[in-house]
Amino acid sequence: MNARTWTGFRTVLWRDLLLAFRQRSQLANPVLFFVVVTSLFPLAISPNADTLRLIAPGVIWVAALLATLLSLENLFRSDFDDGSLEQLLVSGQPLGLMVLAKVAAHWLTTAVPLIVCSPLLALMLHIPVEATPVLVMTLLLGTPVLSLVGAIGVGLTVGLRRGGALLSLLVLPLYIPVLIFGANAVDVASAGLDVTGQLYILGAMLALALTLAPLAAAACLRITVN
Amino acid sequence: MSATDSGPLSSAARLSVRDLCCWRGERCLFEGLSFELQAGEIAQIRGQNGSGKTTLLRTLCGLTEAHSGSISWEGLSLESSAASYKRALSYVGHFDGIKLDLSVTENIDITRGYQLAPTDTPTDSILDRLGIREFEDAIVRTLSAGQRRRVALSRLLLSSASLWFLDEPFTALDQAGEGLISGLLTEHLQAGGVAVFSSHQISPSLERPVIDIELDP
Repeated sequence: MNARTWTGFRTVLWRDLLLAFRQRSQLANPVLFFVVVTSLFPLAISPNADTLRLIAPGVIWVAALLATLLSLENLFRSDFDDGSLEQLLVSGQPLGLMVLAKVAAHWLTTAVPLIVCSPLLALMLHIPVEATPVLVMTLLLGTPVLSLVGAIGVGLTVGLRRGGALLSLLVLPLYIPVLIFGANAVDVASAGLDVTGQLYILGAMLALALTLAPLAAAACLRITVN
Repeated sequence: MSATDSGPLSSAARLSVRDLCCWRGERCLFEGLSFELQAGEIAQIRGQNGSGKTTLLRTLCGLTEAHSGSISWEGLSLESSAASYKRALSYVGHFDGIKLDLSVTENIDITRGYQLAPTDTPTDSILDRLGIREFEDAIVRTLSAGQRRRVALSRLLLSSASLWFLDEPFTALDQAGEGLISGLLTEHLQAGGVAVFSSHQISPSLERPVIDIELDP
């Protein structure tokens, strides 16, 4: 990677972070959604500790998944509308790498706040203290996969006027393996068992998404702009 | 960055378009379009609304694929030299491609950041040249359409591209702004650059002949 490409990567990452902090409501939306949805379950089902412990891993993971899905559209929408995407395409910079910079900014601004809040929610839902690091670990490994795979879906649907429903249909089936292994690892850890296997699988999914998703998303964007 | 990136524009700079044909949906916008531009030459795309001016410029930039025909730059086809072609071109499109929630200076720094062949012109002198010095810290959203256009034009001063594509550059600009573009174009052509722009208005007063590309509706 030459120096100009590296500068381009940093510039795009910095620009997206700066924009996220300029629009604070958009920044707060996913984490508020995550906290509110998770907090509603004890009210709706039962404040009983055993019941909550049983559903907690699934609830936290589903809420994290939906919070990511809600914020995905922002990934390329404004760039597509204001012509920044065209400029990125004609700049000659490797588009896959620029997509990776955008996804990194998206993950830092939407998923990291969720991960920071998650131990508190784990406490509220009576997840055993020893399983909390596992919850944080699965979120750290799983949420980047959600952002990366989501970028492919957004790349395909950003040119459509109402691509939201189509985006969910495209992306949700691909999210299911992450959801299953993420929630299962926390569940198993709560029972005091070893979760190395689940974490390895999540790590493998992350490695796969990290290497292939930016290229796929870049190809989708080229088609969309064309 | 290698020496060729920021060096003087190549004297052999030459754009050649042969038998270009573009479709939009079920409609053929133009076909059999051929023209050549030598170093220091400029072309104006004329045509009514919907005649394909923007599509032609986007095709020349490599954003839209042509139905048939070829585009070559310095003797190499666009397909075989996509990377060096993109390094050599600068595009000011129908959309400004700047961020409304960032300030003028931030936008300029960001545009500079992702150029593959940036110039080392200081931001201050770019602001002076474009006449937006007094708004340097203003958020672009608060500026008028003409002022935003001037921010978008900063791209031309930030890259050492020898091939300029401008889509309706005079839109929203006042008389001083039109003079600014004419000045930028004249300097660019004197340095051996090539430019293609679209406009349905009267041609700008340049010291050089402008080659006409007529698109029929």
